[in-house]
Amino acid sequence: MLEIKNLHVKLEDEDKQILKGVDLKVEAGKVHAIMGPNGSGKSTLSYVLSGRDGYEVTEGSASLGGEELLELEPEERAALGLFLAFQYPIEIPGVGNMTFLRTAVNAQRKARGEEELSAGEFLKVIREKAKTLKIDADMLKRPVNVGFSGGEKKRNEILQMAMLEPKMCILDETDSGLDVDAMKLVSEGVNALRDEGRGFLVITHYQRLLDHIKPDVVHIMANGRIVKTGGPELALEVENNGYADILAEFA
Amino acid sequence: MALPELKQTATEARLATLSLPEGGCLEAARAAALSRVQTLGLPDRRDEYWKYTRPDTLVTADTPSAEVFTSGETMIFGDFDRLKVVFVDGVFDAEASDDLSLEGIEIDRLAELSAKDIHWAKDLYGVLEARGQTPVARPLASLNTAFASDGVVIHVTGKPSKPINLIYKHGTATSDVMLHHVIRVESGAEATILENGPAASRFNKVTEIDIADGGTLHHVRAQGRDHERRAATHMFTRLGTESVFKSFTLTVNGVLTRNEQVIELTGDDAVAHVAGACVGDGDFHHDDTVFITHDAVNCESRQVFKKVLRNGATGVFQGKILVKEGAQKTDGYQISQSLLLDDDSQFLAKPELEIYADDVACSHGSTSGAIDEDALFYLRSRGVPHADATDLLTLSFLAEAVEEIEDEAIAEELVTRLESWLARRR
Repeated sequence: MLEIKNLHVKLEDEDKQILKGVDLKVEAGKVHAIMGPNGSGKSTLSYVLSGRDGYEVTEGSASLGGEELLELEPEERAALGLFLAFQYPIEIPGVGNMTFLRTAVNAQRKARGEEELSAGEFLKVIREKAKTLKIDADMLKRPVNVGFSGGEKKRNEILQMAMLEPKMCILDETDSGLDVDAMKLVSEGVNALRDEGRGFLVITHYQRLLDHIKPDVVHIMANGRIVKTGGPELALEVENNGYADILAEFA
Repeated sequence: MALPELKQTATEARLATLSLPEGGCLEAARAAALSRVQTLGLPDRRDEYWKYTRPDTLVTADTPSAEVFTSGETMIFGDFDRLKVVFVDGVFDAEASDDLSLEGIEIDRLAELSAKDIHWAKDLYGVLEARGQTPVARPLASLNTAFASDGVVIHVTGKPSKPINLIYKHGTATSDVMLHHVIRVESGAEATILENGPAASRFNKVTEIDIADGGTLHHVRAQGRDHERRAATHMFTRLGTESVFKSFTLTVNGVLTRNEQVIELTGDDAVAHVAGACVGDGDFHHDDTVFITHDAVNCESRQVFKKVLRNGATGVFQGKILVKEGAQKTDGYQISQSLLLDDDSQFLAKPELEIYADDVACSHGSTSGAIDEDALFYLRSRGVPHADATDLLTLSFLAEAVEEIEDEAIAEELVTRLESWLARRR
């Protein structure tokens, strides 16, 4: 599904190398988690994969379903099936949540040569999906993320994910700013999307999210590289001992 | 004091092309207005109040020509239940207009003022315009009071069931038009006035609005796609106690548009909101000039102006709040913002506050910015192509101004127009 090879990335405006050779392969149907201390390059990896400006790939490659990602525009990557759930979802005043989602869904369908959803069809689908995420009609009508609480914003991200039905989902610190109940709700939303044809890359600082979204593989990232890979027990080790022990092995 | 020679010459040249409408009950008002023009002189580029907008083509003796614009689209507000009052090149068109009788409102032609002996209008004509000449001169409005031969006088006495839609059609490529409307809203009465249409090659319009205690007037205007039009409009509004005036203008295109709003809050607890959204591309110059005077206690005024500019378009905002001595508890708010879609476009803003009362809350802000890159990336990461994402964010930028319109159907109609304007400019 997602294949990253020897990815080196620096900041565009600064001579600062962030990723220093990341190798990672996420298979369809699997959930991979990336953990790591602040500044290890986790969020940068998610941004580079989704096509945000400001980064320069100096070496390596990334592909989704065999298609090279790094030369594509963000919207082309989305149409290929890549989705990034933002750590800090952006507020867009004056654009209704529903309008935004319908525009996005239909833009992707169009890009893939599929027929666009009619207003009626769209409404039916979104109502159903919103309900399971406890997103009410008012939240759908309101401007995108404006006045949403931290939890509402994250639920809204998952709703977008559910509507867009991506092949590869990257969750960038989706647990940040969530209380226990909200985390549970968001995790249920994510788990409902787990599917044989879909891969997940869950970026997080803490093990607690992984209690709810159980990963198949856990990677530890430090200083721009993946330094250790293991099963779910690796996350527990981090929780109990911090990163120091693991990082010490590679010092 | 004699006028500077150039101004004197230009004013005389312009006046030489015009003749005062004959006789009638407005003779004295017209003569007084003409004398104001002669004293003030017509604006030129050396005037401080015209620092950002060149008035030359609004003043010249010859009318700059403008092709009559036609499009396949239906006119805005076309689907609304409204009472149409149609002018073609500034002349009332009875055939194209609806029957002017409607419960709660009396509508008459300015040209019939004398014949019908409509006292209130005769007594108001030119009065608010004359009051609006201090502290800043607006000679184009005086020119209008002197020479405008057509327009409507609207007396709102109740709550008419539908809006009055003033439609200005453009008939010939060199039409030079002045229209003058007088509106009086009686105590407790409420009406909505809609305005749209290209009007003329050169359009000079004055609206004098007197709102009695507890009266309400909503005004929504769309200045349309006819690109070559030049327009100078003035609205002079006086508000009584607990009265409400809400005005919104959408402008798309236009080589030169100057919209002046002169508002006087003379009764306690009055509310005046003026807002505008404009989108301009290329050879576009749009000027909102607002002057709000607070002269009573506990009044609220609000100015919200948003401009989207691209390909070298220019936006101007001059907005002033004057709080007179004794106008305590004034709540004055003003925001003007531009979204510059490229480096060639410019926004010139002059926000001003002048306050002589000590217990007031006034704020103003002005910003210029580009499309927010984070928001753009967010939309694109959801699969929305760059151009669509830019349009969505442009509408998002304008939303704060459009939200000033109370009537949702009208707001929606304007947003639809904005959307199609953006779509045409891909």
